[in-house]
Amino acid sequence: MEAFTTHTGRGVPLRRSNVDTDQIIPAVWLKQVSRTGFEKGLFAAWREDPAFVLNDPVYEGASVLVAGPDFGTGSSREHAVWALQQYGFRAVVAARFGDIFRNNSTKMGLLPVVLPAETVEALQSAIEADPATEVTVDLSARQVRWGAEAAGFEIDDYTRWRLLEGLDDIGLTLRHADDVETYENGRQSWLPTTV
Amino acid sequence: MGRTLAEKVWEQHVVRRADGEPDLLYIDLHLIHEVTSPQAFDGLRIAGRKVRRPDLTIATEDHNVPTVLGPIADPVSKAQVETLRKNAAEFGIRLHPMGDAGQGVVHIIGPQFGLTQPGMTVVCGDSHTSTHGAFGALAFGIGTSEVEHVLATQTLPAYRPKTMAIEVSGELPFGVTSKDLILAIIAKIGTGGGQGHIVEYRGEAIRGLSMEGRMTVCNMSIEAGARAGMIAPDETTFEYLRGRAHAPTGDAWDAAVAYWRSLRTDDDAAFDTVVEIDASTLAPFVTWGTNPGQGAPLSGAVPVPEETSDPAAAQRALDYMGLSAGTPLSEIQVDTVFVGSCTNGRLEDLRAVAEVLRGRTVAARTLIVPGSMQVKADAEAEGLHEVFTAAGAEWREAGCSMCLGMNPDILAPGERSASTSNRNFEGRQGKGGRTHLVSPAVAAASAVTGRLTAPADL
Ligand code: SF4
Repeated sequence: MEAFTTHTGRGVPLRRSNVDTDQIIPAVWLKQVSRTGFEKGLFAAWREDPAFVLNDPVYEGASVLVAGPDFGTGSSREHAVWALQQYGFRAVVAARFGDIFRNNSTKMGLLPVVLPAETVEALQSAIEADPATEVTVDLSARQVRWGAEAAGFEIDDYTRWRLLEGLDDIGLTLRHADDVETYENGRQSWLPTTV
Repeated sequence: MGRTLAEKVWEQHVVRRADGEPDLLYIDLHLIHEVTSPQAFDGLRIAGRKVRRPDLTIATEDHNVPTVLGPIADPVSKAQVETLRKNAAEFGIRLHPMGDAGQGVVHIIGPQFGLTQPGMTVVCGDSHTSTHGAFGALAFGIGTSEVEHVLATQTLPAYRPKTMAIEVSGELPFGVTSKDLILAIIAKIGTGGGQGHIVEYRGEAIRGLSMEGRMTVCNMSIEAGARAGMIAPDETTFEYLRGRAHAPTGDAWDAAVAYWRSLRTDDDAAFDTVVEIDASTLAPFVTWGTNPGQGAPLSGAVPVPEETSDPAAAQRALDYMGLSAGTPLSEIQVDTVFVGSCTNGRLEDLRAVAEVLRGRTVAARTLIVPGSMQVKADAEAEGLHEVFTAAGAEWREAGCSMCLGMNPDILAPGERSASTSNRNFEGRQGKGGRTHLVSPAVAAASAVTGRLTAPADL
């Protein structure tokens, strides 16, 4: 996984609530068996509308998505995270996230930042007023900064540490293989197997 | 203090607990399908890892499969299905391919084989894994990175979510189904209402549901944002499981049932959040918008956006759906009716549809897709397929089909459906398609009239 410490880039305001993962990447894009090329499918249906915010040239190259509440609801497709990252996003700021999307993001090193709805709106307005606004997402300090503003965000210590170090969960779990084996030996004998 | 059902099942699966870290949970059953697994298997290969417990893993082909006989025409879909076959063979995982008698939608076949049992942990790279919670299992959807993690270790690191009780008192009125109930619950608490929670559905109305009905309710927990949905096992659960291929037998059955009986929330346990609903006040329920929380009783009208909790979202939804505020929902014309999916693709659902269609003719294109080959065989044994075809509906092979339109079953842009599936997101059933979520009975009645209709109004 890509480590995340601090990132500074321009933002793009996505003023919509309940952006489900079917919108982030429609199902027809999920047929690929590779892990690359998903940026083309990002918001595929919405991008056909010239007025869609990602089509506005002033936001070209932005790397912090500032979205409405309940971002990433619905389907568990991790392709949504891959599409956002491959398009160039390093962090998504929203007031609320779908649980699975948020989990998937932290496995891949795309930082989901939860800020109060008013703060998200203030950040969106600041970006709309000046699209050149630099937004810093500082995981070490648990803080988002832009202009003269700063807003703290919460993230549990363990996930933060994993992201800062770019650690792979499987490797961490395999350190506890003995515990897994002990547990396995104590499982009830009636539990089903698929064979 | 006592513990909730969710806490009991969670504690039973903690492999390792350390301060400041998520719990490491053991996974009893891992379900796999072709869409969210290829990159996980690639990851294993790159790292030189094996599948730790192929004997706790099962795979099926469902999302891409055509529902008419014959090979997959789309080369990209075909390659994805073939990739699953290669991976299952290489890593020694049981697979139910297209055409196999055990094939079907992943959340239909687990319970059908008796692989989903009370008190288990069940995961799948699919958000509707919550379906399996109907058995009192802790079941939740995961992403591809986590699929790889479970394949490699049979565990998952996770923080225990909060608990929510949804208490459904009273009885569902005649003609009101489990689908109407869950749509009403989602409309009440919102698509984010369950975020960070495991929901336990409780109360008289829940106890009165069949296993199929309970699966419909738990299936859509994710549509309320919940991590999982659960229902405590009872005699209905045990009766459903008895005699299934992977259910315990003999002394093991007795021991299992004794344990399963302990899987209920203690009387003195406390939930973080409690929601109360009176089932006797409910009526057939449909969605009008583009998320499952945007729903209303079928006897009502398309809402005025300013009068909803999120006016901007409601206005966007009405624009996309091509609807005007104030239109009675029962006047909305549909082009297509879809019956199927892991929400409503089981035998009981097909019986409900047949009951309405018997001796009637459909006025709209109607696709009836069984959730599994077993459901198909059972329905045909009862002659349901003859009722469907006599009414002019299409009787198809098993798969996800128009629930998400990864196969050729899709809506054309602007087309409108009444669908028994679980998501009315923009473009979910085909780009530009417009979806109204309904129960099987309402789907069937709508097929007859060509507009959203409750069976009672036929
Ligand atoms: S039927 Fe629909 S919701 Fe269920 S697994 Fe298939 S695509 Fe997903």
